[in-house]
Amino acid sequence: MSVITIAALDEAAFQIMCKAGIEIPEDYRQGIEAMSGEETGPLSCFVLESMLDNWTVANNDRRPMCADTGVPRYYVKVGNEAGIEGGFIALEAALRGATARATQEVPLRPNRVHPLSRHDNNNNVGINAPEIEWSFEPDADWIDITTVHKGGLFGTDYRMLFPGDGVDGIKRFFLDTMVAFGKRGLACQPAIVGIGLGGSKDTTMVLGKQAACLRTVGDRNPDLEIAALELALTELGNSIGMGAMGFAGRSMVVDTHIEVGYTHTGGMPMSVHCFCLSSRRATARLFSDGGIAYRTDPQWFTPYMRRNSIGWPTAKQISTQSG
Amino acid sequence: MANSKANLNTIRLKTPITRTDLEGIEVGTVVYLDGLIMTGREGVYQRILGDGMAPPDDLSRIANVNFHCSPAASVNDDGSFNVGAVTATASFRFAKWLPRWFEVSGCRVIIGKGGMSEAHYRDIFVPAGAVYLTTVGYGTGALLGRGIVEVEAAHWLDELGIAQAIWVLKVENFGPLLVESDLAGNSLFEQNNRAINAQIEKAYEGLKPPALSRYGETDDKTQELI
Repeated sequence: MSVITIAALDEAAFQIMCKAGIEIPEDYRQGIEAMSGEETGPLSCFVLESMLDNWTVANNDRRPMCADTGVPRYYVKVGNEAGIEGGFIALEAALRGATARATQEVPLRPNRVHPLSRHDNNNNVGINAPEIEWSFEPDADWIDITTVHKGGLFGTDYRMLFPGDGVDGIKRFFLDTMVAFGKRGLACQPAIVGIGLGGSKDTTMVLGKQAACLRTVGDRNPDLEIAALELALTELGNSIGMGAMGFAGRSMVVDTHIEVGYTHTGGMPMSVHCFCLSSRRATARLFSDGGIAYRTDPQWFTPYMRRNSIGWPTAKQISTQSG
Repeated sequence: MANSKANLNTIRLKTPITRTDLEGIEVGTVVYLDGLIMTGREGVYQRILGDGMAPPDDLSRIANVNFHCSPAASVNDDGSFNVGAVTATASFRFAKWLPRWFEVSGCRVIIGKGGMSEAHYRDIFVPAGAVYLTTVGYGTGALLGRGIVEVEAAHWLDELGIAQAIWVLKVENFGPLLVESDLAGNSLFEQNNRAINAQIEKAYEGLKPPALSRYGETDDKTQELI
């Protein structure tokens, strides 16, 4: 079995750190372009036009699109048949190394500090930082590494709802979060809004963040009922009367993504996460033959990730069935 | 900006900024700056105003524009600086420091994110003859970064780190910025809030009340969190 080398991982991790900080993903840019065409509030419209200018300058000058370069983190999807030189420990070390290198060379803002002493290693690396989340993919020998640099302070909230709250409760909490963090533009909207629904409290937060950061504008949940709710919430958010920076207008939500997890029978926990005007995400796929391919769609939520079954058929089982 | 359909009033201001420069400027005006500006946030305020330490230089000589910012910057091996992008950090957290900051520094312009309340403008900014300019977006880091001609100095890098140090930046056509407060203490954000608040309940129309109430919860959607 051929293995994916640490040299390739070092290179890919560094490249996605640069791309995430500098290049706005095309799906998001197109979403904002469409919104700026429809926006009637002059101030909100000015903000959107300025952002479009800003992304062009960032790309041309190769400088970060926003100086708050967020808190870098990684999502790693490992093909079930993939081999890694040095194993998972070496992979984690490579990701930490790439974070420090990119912080110096892009440069990114060294945002990560100790929560009490406020000590800054000046490289975005520290205790439990950057976070590395893992998932797996059947019948694959590649590794996907995605980095996301999401801002950290505003636009996220959690609430324990109950089954009796229903869709109205979901809408109410969604609106509360948009209104609270939309004023003065603290959420840096228009944002991709990710919603976690169900699971345990921690799962809810994790799913909502992944929904905001790892799906592209225009992507719909394959469950038709959830997909309809995604569209309804986007429309609701854009009907508040508030636009970019909290100015009068309608540009609040570029798109809404909902991810669900089976939850306690008595509850319906929900989280809301706004991924800002600098939606920094970039992905690299490392193939077993040494190749690297870069993209902006993390393709994180595969059918396997959303499985509702006990097991998962192997490729061999599927081909036997269809044969 | 080419082909802007927003069509806002746009001006250029040169630092150091005088009271006369600010007279007659209305909220919602787009501003571009030329000259020297300095970054400074809680670390700087704590050292100078909280701990009573002497500033690294005469503050009014450094710059009378105070940018609430942590740059995406690094220090090269030869001691030179690499500033890629700059954007603002939320200013309302620093309001308590500002009355004395204006006194000590002679500052006339605060640049930041999110602005402050109209009460702060009335009580603190108006007597000091100062205004607040907000960055746009808030993510126009590359545009603002391009407006930096050079780093004049970086004070207290060792003591406060890259994020909190005083960066003295020579800028040219630095913007866009929006006038959030004027010399009379009006706030662009609060004007917009009032317009939006008037219709906010419409978005909630027809939704049933929550199953569980919570301590500390407000149902008044005209409130804001700052």
